[in-house]
Formats: sequence, C-alpha cells, structure tokens
Amino acid sequence: MAQGSWRRVGQGRRSLGTWLLTLLLAALALLATLAHGPAHALTPEQALKIAEGDSDERIAALAQALSAGADQADPALGPFVEALLADEVKLAGGRVFIVQGDAARDAATGQAAPLPEGAEDVVNNNRIRRALEAARSALQLFSSDAAERSRAIDGLKDGADEALLPLIDRAMAAEREPGLKDKLEQLRAAVMVSASDPAKRLQAAQLLGESGQPATRALLLERLGVEDDAGVKAALTASLAAVESRLAWGERLGVLFSGLSLGSILLLVALGLAITYGLMGVINMAHGELMMIGAYATFLVQNLFRQFAPGLFDAYVLVAIPASFVAAALVGALMERTVIRWLYGRPLETLLATWGISLILMQTVRSIFGAQNVAVENPSWLSGGLQVLPNLTLPWNRLFILLFAALVLVGVALLISRTRLGLFVRGVTQNRRMASCVGVNTARVDTYAFALGAGIAGLAGCALSQVGNVGPDLGQGYIVDSFMVVVLGGVGQLAGTVYAGLGLGVLNKLLEGWQGAVLAKIMVLVLIVLFIQKRPQGIFALKGRSAD
Amino acid sequence: MNTSRRQAGKALTAIALAATGLGASTLALAQGSGPIKVGILHSLSGTMAISETVLKDVALMAIEEINAKGGVLGRKLEPVVVDPASNWPLFAERAKQLISQDKVAVTFGCWTSVSRKSVLPVFEGSNALLFYPVQYEGEELSANVFYTGAAPNQQAIPAVEYLMSKDGGSAKRFVLLGTDYVYPRTTNKILRAFLKSKGIPDSDIMEEYTPFGHSDYQTIIANIKRFAGAGKKTAVVSTINGDSNVPFYKELGNQGLKATDVPVVAFSVGEEELRGVDTKPLVGHLAAWNYFMSLKNPANDEFTKKWAAYAKAKNIAGHKDKPLTNDPMEATYIGINMWAQAVAKAKTTDVDKVRAAMIGQTFRAPNGFMATMDPSHHLQRPVFIGEVRADGQFNVVWKTKGPVAADPWSDFIPENKGKKNVPVMAKK
Repeated sequence: MAQGSWRRVGQGRRSLGTWLLTLLLAALALLATLAHGPAHALTPEQALKIAEGDSDERIAALAQALSAGADQADPALGPFVEALLADEVKLAGGRVFIVQGDAARDAATGQAAPLPEGAEDVVNNNRIRRALEAARSALQLFSSDAAERSRAIDGLKDGADEALLPLIDRAMAAEREPGLKDKLEQLRAAVMVSASDPAKRLQAAQLLGESGQPATRALLLERLGVEDDAGVKAALTASLAAVESRLAWGERLGVLFSGLSLGSILLLVALGLAITYGLMGVINMAHGELMMIGAYATFLVQNLFRQFAPGLFDAYVLVAIPASFVAAALVGALMERTVIRWLYGRPLETLLATWGISLILMQTVRSIFGAQNVAVENPSWLSGGLQVLPNLTLPWNRLFILLFAALVLVGVALLISRTRLGLFVRGVTQNRRMASCVGVNTARVDTYAFALGAGIAGLAGCALSQVGNVGPDLGQGYIVDSFMVVVLGGVGQLAGTVYAGLGLGVLNKLLEGWQGAVLAKIMVLVLIVLFIQKRPQGIFALKGRSAD
Repeated sequence: MNTSRRQAGKALTAIALAATGLGASTLALAQGSGPIKVGILHSLSGTMAISETVLKDVALMAIEEINAKGGVLGRKLEPVVVDPASNWPLFAERAKQLISQDKVAVTFGCWTSVSRKSVLPVFEGSNALLFYPVQYEGEELSANVFYTGAAPNQQAIPAVEYLMSKDGGSAKRFVLLGTDYVYPRTTNKILRAFLKSKGIPDSDIMEEYTPFGHSDYQTIIANIKRFAGAGKKTAVVSTINGDSNVPFYKELGNQGLKATDVPVVAFSVGEEELRGVDTKPLVGHLAAWNYFMSLKNPANDEFTKKWAAYAKAKNIAGHKDKPLTNDPMEATYIGINMWAQAVAKAKTTDVDKVRAAMIGQTFRAPNGFMATMDPSHHLQRPVFIGEVRADGQFNVVWKTKGPVAADPWSDFIPENKGKKNVPVMAKK
C-alpha cells in the first residue's frame, strides 16, 4: 500500500482527487510506519548479519534490508553499503562499526562510538562485493542526481534479474530524463528476455538489439542457448547481429589504437636514433641506456616531489620531462666529447665503443640504484582511462604518450628544418668539409646534434616509465626495435621513421591479435628481414647527391 | 733438455697430485671443522630480480639467525651468494661453480622452472642438494631437490576450484594466460585437463602466452574483454612471471577490467610484485599461495617483525621503509631451517645422510601450520586464496582446512598413471 502511494506521488498525477487520495495514503503509510516502529530501519542485528557470516547468509541479509524497496530503505543503509565497499567496516563484540580515519561510529545508529580493542576487519569476497555494488546501485536509482542515477543503471546492467523488476518499474515511472528512461528500458528488456511469456520475450529481444553493450551480447548468447520459441530465437539472432556489428567497431578501433600506441612508443624511442644514426651516422649501441637514464631521471624527480612537495605530486611528470631530456643530453654530450668524436667514419669501432659505454652505464646505474626495478608511479591524471565506446577504453597514459610523441616529432622536425642549429646539422652531415669551409664549427655542431639525439632518447625514457618497468635493463628491450624502425624507415629520413614506427606498431598489434604475442614478434622480424632484402635503403631513400 | 722436460713433467704430476690432495682435504674440511658453506643461487638482476632478490636476503637472514644460535653441529654457516642474472644457462654455470669450486653443502635457489630445469643435471650429476622455494608445475621429482613451494594440487587446482565455486563467482569460461616457458605451459596443460574433467569444453578455454619481459598488454586485455563478452562468467588464470606483471596489472586497472566482472587469479604475484603498482583498481583480484603476509598468528607476527628489523638493519632497498613478506620468502625460510634441523639430526652435511634425515622433519611455519617434509620431497602445506586489498596486501577469502600433501605427478596428466610420488635416485 505504501509503495503504491509513493509511486503515484512519483508519477505526479494531476487531478485533484488523486492528489488528495495520495496524500491520504501517504499519511496512512507514515502512521503505519510509526505504529510498528521503524519497519525498514537498519537494526544493529541486521547490520551484523550483513557484515558477518557465510556469503549466502550475508547476501540474504542484504536482500532483506532492501526488500521493502530501495526507495524506502533506512537512510543508514546507503552509507553502510558504501563503507563496506570501501573496506571501512570493523567488527567487535557483536557490534558493527564504520571506521573512517580515526573516527568510528556505529553502523546502524550512526552515532559516534569508540572502537574497542581488537576490532576485526570485515572481509568481502567478489561475490559479496558484487551484491553490495548492486545494492548501492539500487539505492542510487532514486537519487536526485541524474549522473548518479545513470551510474546506478549501469551498475545494475550485469546483475539484473526478476527480483529487480518492481524496482525498475518504479524507477521508470519516476524517471524524467529521456536518455535515462531509454537506459532503464534496456535494463527492463534485459530482465524481460527471460520472462515466461513468449510475447514479452520477443519484445525484449527486439529491444535489446539497440544496445551497444558487451554485457548485452553475453546475455543474448546465453538466451540463444536456452530459447525454444522460434520467433523469439529469430529476434534474438537479429539483435545479436546488430549488437555485434556495433561492438565490432569498438574492437577494430581498439586494435588500431593499441597499434598506434605501440607505434608512438616505437617512434619516440627511434626519433633520437634517427638523429644520431640517421643524420650523423653514429651506430649508437648505448641509445637504449640513454633512455634508461631518462627513465631514472623521472624516478628521481618523482622521489623529490614525494619528499618535498607531496601536494604537487601529480605534477611531477611535467618537471620530469625537461629533467630527463637534460640528464640524457648531458650524458650524450659527454659521450660525444670523450669517445665518439674520435671515431667518426669508423662504424665498427663506434659500435664496439658505444656498446662498451652501454655496459658501463648499466653497471653504474646498477651500483647506484640497485639491480632491481624501481617503482615509478603514474600521477592520478595518467591513471585510468577514457571510455569512448562501451567496449573501448583508452588508457590516459597511452593517450598522453601518443600526444607527447606527436609534440616531440613536431619539435624535432621544426628544429631540424627551421633553426640555425638544424641548418648547421644538415650542412655538416651532408658535407662536412664544405660546412667547415664556410665557418661552421663542425665539432661543436656534432656535440650539439648528438646531445639532441640523446636528449630525445631521454624523453622516450620518461614516457616509457609511465607504461613499463624502470630498471637497469630498460634500454636492452628497445635497442633492437629502435634500430629496426630507423633502418626500415630509411636512414637519414625523419618522415621514414614516422611511417616505419607507426606502421610497425599497427602491424605488430594486428598480428598479435591474430597469432599471439610470441609469434607476432617473430613474424614482424621475418617481414622486416624480407623487406630489407628487397629494399636495403628502407621505405624512404634519400635521392640526389647527398644520398651517399 | 730432455731431463728438464721430464722433470717438468714430474713437477706437473706432483702439482696435479697436490691439487687433488688439496681438493680432498678441502672436502674433508667441509665435513670436518670450520664454517659450512651454503650456496644462494637467485637472480639479482634481469627480469626475475623483482621476485628473486628478496629471497637472497631472507636466506641471509635465516643463516644469520641460525649462526646467532650457535650454528649447526657447532659450526657457523657461511653463505656464498652468486647472481645468475635471469639467464638460464648461467644458472647451470653458477651452480657448477657453487658445487665444485665453493664446495657448498647445500644450495638454496631458483625461481622459474626453466632455471630449475637448467641446474637439475648439475645437481644430479654431482649428487648435491638444492632447495627450491617456489610453487611450480610438478612433473618432476628429483632426489637431489627438496621442493618447499607448492605443487599444482597445492595451489593451481584449489584456486580454479574456488573460481568455479559460488563464492568465487561460478566461473564457466577461463582464460589461461602466462609467460612462455615450461611452468605456465605445464600448469595450463594440467588445468585444461582438470577443467575438462569438470565439464568445461575446449571452446570455453582461451590460452595465451607472452615472452619474458613483455610490457605491452593492450591486445591481451582486449582479447580477454572480447572473450568475456561472449556470455557466461569468465575468469583469468595468470601464470605471468617476473616484472611483466607490473605492466599487466597497470593495463588491467587502466582499461577498467574490474574483479567483480572478470576476476584474475595469479600464481606468481604476491605482496612483493605488487609493490609500486597502484592497487586501488585491482581490489578483488586474486592470488593463491600457501602464505600471505596478512595472516594473523603468532608465528607470522614473529616472522614479519624479524624481517622488518633485518631489512632495516641491512638497509635493504624498499624493505627498509615498507617491509613485505611473501610465500616464497616463507618457503625459503622453512627450507633453510629444516635443512639445519636435518643436518643436526644426521650429525653430518653428507648429502645422502641429510636427504634421509630430511624426511619427516617438521617446522612451525609462519603461515601458522606445521610444515612436514614428506617422502615425496614436498611439504604438506595449507592453501590460501587471497584478494588484493587497496593497500597491496591480501585478504584471505578461502583456505583449506589443514595442510595438503603434494601430488607432483598430477593425476590430470594421463602419462602419470601409476607414477609414485617418491623420487627415484639418478643413475650415476
């Protein structure tokens, strides 16, 4: 009776008679509640039952607390469920406490209470957590905040069953937002598709075809297995095809994005090499270790922020970017000044010398920071992801790297083509003696160019620290990849590096989705070997006099 | 000229003889007085360093503790630490060095099964002893190895049974995900046979492998999502090893694959591997072990306190600020103590006598149960299933009633029919 009256209030019938009747009913309901004591109030016993015991019993107790309808549950239930989900509930002496920070209060009454000694944590397993999440969603279905209601509907999507039907009906009746009403309609259909009446099943099956949710596909597949009515079966099949075609887009875009993301990482690690190897012709085997230095610089900046400015921790990446560039560029300049400058034009010796340097760098880092990986935490704005489609989430850290790679690429392109330094670098690499004749200090330009390449490797290291592990061996895993990209793209060509990096990334991810990570790696390598056999100069070859 | 050559030959023979004599005398020394050398063979660099470094430290702690109590047979233990650098052939080389050069009485070491397989011929060939502290795939039983970690029936199978139970989410579809080497492949072979025996068809099982050190889990997570979207409750069984776990769990969190939708149960991820990962999005994902740091009992309190004090005193990176213990650390600790007990019982470090004395040894393990060494060279261990908490620790959500005996020759592999769980001595 009480439920009926609330529903009518919710629907807001306009005639005066109905209003009066509703008011009367509401008053009666209120009286009844007062007379019988708090009918749906959360008693300490109930709270204890929800918090302690067998999973089955706890879920039953939770269902009982909600049985009167989520819109009429005790106001203490919502915070209690939230606290359970946040692992903030403790048990002591048969009483249930919500503990937030140092303050403890009784879960049922909400009154502050001192926490007794030896209070035990309430442990929830996944099943209970799922039940709690469903309960939270049910409670929020009648929230005044539209966003909260929307979340609540999403939360109920997976666990919808017959028992929820009255609740959904009431929420639908109360719902004003057309978008949310559609979502509720979908939710209702997900329940009705298992109804006993074939006509209702048919209607629900048709309605579900409008969904783009992975959960709907799972539901439709499940129903197809048990459905025996031919008409409903046809509708289910049609809906499934519609849902799958919608989901397929998410999957395709997902593969493309993961390929681009890998490609952007390859591009970043190869960009520095495109300058040191591509333009200057130095086979720099220590390129990976320069990345490692960039990553460790990021680690150090992170630690400094944690120690001295914990409030600004989220901003550490912004400081780490220039820091990693400078650190790697300094090491690069030192390498060039002390070793590499004596070895120009002697590729074999350069290869050996830089390989030696790479070992020295690795061992130095190992001695300073230890052989184990160090932990670089993502700032909170690089954690989580952006939900684009129901089945496509783009992680923030990968989006950030994609953007970062693009910015670095533009920066390098501008630097090489538009600045005086770029002009000198191009001049020196194309014709060293001529450049020298017209007054370019070629030795200094070499140092600057090498330091630039090294600095970009440092930037790549900073980016890598956000997706992978940071350890002394970080560079080893990327050195082969970066040479592959530069050689494939064509030595001496920035554009070639871009195409090769992104192309290899997408190709790798396509093959990986098809054949698994281990085989994909092998296949990519074989393809590159074949390609280089056919076309040793890479995708883009320099033409004209500067080609040799 | 001729005589001098002959003399030189004689001298050489003499030197050779002396060397043999010296060798024999050091051997005698190893049996007699002076410190007893103990080898520690764990990767301190490379992809496995994330897991193995701390095992070296806990071994050193246990040795220090035994020495503080007066050592074994009135002699101190002297640790010999080598670094095989996550390089499998190097493991065999270092093992050879420990046995023939350093003349260690026993070796504690290895994490990955591929490293254990690599050193096995060395230990069998020279009849030396290895204590292996990590859960593994079974299918091996050497008289020269004592396995203090879990066999599949002490970890993998109970974990999958849990996933199939009501509380574990009644999973009907399984993704078997692992690093590409012998442990994940064999474990998944056993699990596949087990799932089949439970009526799960092959079409509901997806198997995926990644290379060691793999760091891009985008495609795999997308595949898992797609697989899970094809109806029925799905769960992931992860046998990913080493530092790949960090990018895997990061990607899992970032892509929003929640434990309430698709739970991931891991066999090689413990407290140590989750250090430095933001565990808030991972709450509810699972791990199966014989020990968790969060277990509450006096033996564990003592163990964790001891470790915290030791880490602080030795300034162990990471652990000095945030000391963590995990299952393989506990297994290492049990192994060393049991070996010391067995040596005390046998009154010698002679391998054959210690081996005999090992059987039936008991030790009050930090997980609160009595660990007993069976004739199968495995420990009886209880199994715990834990869920990741927001602070990187685990809540035990399920456990066996008591210790479970190991079954290294899993009955789920048909070729194992009739094989007894007792090691056969290697032929010399």
